[in-house]
Amino acid sequence: MSRYVIRRLIGIPPLLIGITLIVFAIVHLTPGGPLDDLKLNPEIKASDIAAIEETLGLHRPLYQQYTGWMSQLVRGNFGISLKTYRPVRTLIAQRVGNTLLLTASALLFSLVVAIPIGVLSALKRNTIFDYLATIGATLGDSIPSFWLGLMLILLLAVQFKAWGLPWLPSGGTQTLPNGGDVLDRAKHLILPVITLSTVQIALWVRYIRAQMLEVLNQDYVRTARAKGISETTVQMRHAFRNAVLPLVTLVGLSIPNLFGGAVVIESVFGWPGMGSLLIDSANNRDYTVVMGLTIFLSTIVVFANLLTDILYGVADPRVQYS
Amino acid sequence: MSSNAELAGIAEARSERTRAAMFAQEERALRKPQSNYARAWRRFRGNKMAIAGLTIATLLVLMALFAPLISKYITHVSPSKQSLVHQFEPASKAHWFGTDEYGRDVLTRIAYGARVSLGVAFTAVIAAIFLGTLVGASAGYYGRWVETVLMRFVDVMLSIPGIVLLVLISALFQVGPLQLALIIAALGWFGLSRLLRSEILSIKRREYVEAARVIGAPDRVIIRRHILPNVTHLIIVFATGAIPAFILTEAALSFLGLGIQPPTPSWGNMLTNATQYIYKSKGLVFIPGFFISITVLSLIVVGYALRDALDPRLSK
Repeated sequence: MSRYVIRRLIGIPPLLIGITLIVFAIVHLTPGGPLDDLKLNPEIKASDIAAIEETLGLHRPLYQQYTGWMSQLVRGNFGISLKTYRPVRTLIAQRVGNTLLLTASALLFSLVVAIPIGVLSALKRNTIFDYLATIGATLGDSIPSFWLGLMLILLLAVQFKAWGLPWLPSGGTQTLPNGGDVLDRAKHLILPVITLSTVQIALWVRYIRAQMLEVLNQDYVRTARAKGISETTVQMRHAFRNAVLPLVTLVGLSIPNLFGGAVVIESVFGWPGMGSLLIDSANNRDYTVVMGLTIFLSTIVVFANLLTDILYGVADPRVQYS
Repeated sequence: MSSNAELAGIAEARSERTRAAMFAQEERALRKPQSNYARAWRRFRGNKMAIAGLTIATLLVLMALFAPLISKYITHVSPSKQSLVHQFEPASKAHWFGTDEYGRDVLTRIAYGARVSLGVAFTAVIAAIFLGTLVGASAGYYGRWVETVLMRFVDVMLSIPGIVLLVLISALFQVGPLQLALIIAALGWFGLSRLLRSEILSIKRREYVEAARVIGAPDRVIIRRHILPNVTHLIIVFATGAIPAFILTEAALSFLGLGIQPPTPSWGNMLTNATQYIYKSKGLVFIPGFFISITVLSLIVVGYALRDALDPRLSK
């Protein structure tokens, strides 16, 4: 086990170097450079541009630019934003909390909703409940998350307000200027969390249902029933526990999806997290911020994958590390 | 393998080109009627949901193909015709789906948007199949360092969240529909190549592949004639899953302002300003998303049915 962990840890630096190489290659091998805007400006002389290139180190060969960038990256320095001139690290630090709050809430909410529906749908196979759950899961796959967000805003924020019903806020993390207590913040979380969770719930309901059906057909479940153990105990202790176990892997694998979903959904709800920072920076062609966020998010994903693999072994002793 | 070398020596005199042609001819003569696919089609036809999905998908493709006719004979306006006195009109006889913030006819824009959304997804799938098959087959068939290099590259690419990489690339380029399709494809083939690699790894050890190699068939004939036909069903299943996924990707990117740029309509960018106009017109927010959802839903249903029909062992 510990040998396996060490081997996986050794594999991580090459992976991270690979990621930086790819991001660097994409940014530098594409036509056009960060100074193209200036070159179009007739007020700026060619000699000035050359001077700027020299200060920024853009005249150096690519491998030197890469090693220079890398040596800053490992010190946690992601560079300076091209538009706001603030350190990228500071910009990310301001937003990371909001994104973690959103994704963690969505993860929790998805599990709380998906597990009971998946299990019940397997236990009540081929009933109306099962059909509805399956149809709902397919719909959850088909509806684009950003449109679902817009529809929820239209119904629960705009229409409910118009009808005089209790309505939900549609954007931001708190009411300005005098909101911001826990209840107010929680209310602002509801719509983004539902939107972000829908895809996960759809996926997990189908997965848990399939797992549960498979486990219920296992010999040890039949043995438990034959011994005369009550059906509830069989379902909960013998079937449920084994069916939900592989979910550890699935939760780990969903982490990139959750961050990816947050990129889109934060923009819909004006949620000030890393996702909306990424989109705003991309639309402003603020490459250093986009590069920094790409590296940062990928690093999270790499470590999440490692944690998932290890946890899976802890949860299921039958897993052999090779 | 030693007999392989002997026979290769006998065949040495013949040019590689004639040998390839000879094998191809032999193959054609030996090939049986493709009853597998006929049987799959019979199973598919028996599935009512699949037929419903296929019908809807076909109608949407027809709408995309005949968008100019819709514009000419039904709505009588071009998708970019602005009319500022007719902003935010509700649905009417003249404008079945109403008008948008510039007074443009929404139905016409939906029809032209279908061309972009479906066109981008189909182009991307074809490009992704090409890349995924090339890499998967090379890695699986040649093994050794080719496999190591290609698969480590796939590992790295898979640990960067896809949408983040898409945003990075779209920010660097000003993209048109074709470029967007190629970018989506460039980041959409990793799963296929992994799948094909592991499948081909087992196929290449089978006796008929060994036999073909023994009689001196060149690699590309073995790959094209003996290996790829045995993974075609996997490629079809990938394609049916990837088309709806790519439609959603394109829609999300265009919605975020990083995909198809206005004034070219796409279902995604028709929603870009939706939050601003949510109080003025509900239809404007509802209709493009509805078309995305119904398209993706019908294609997913068709995809499931196709998978079950092609490989009944997979269905539960």
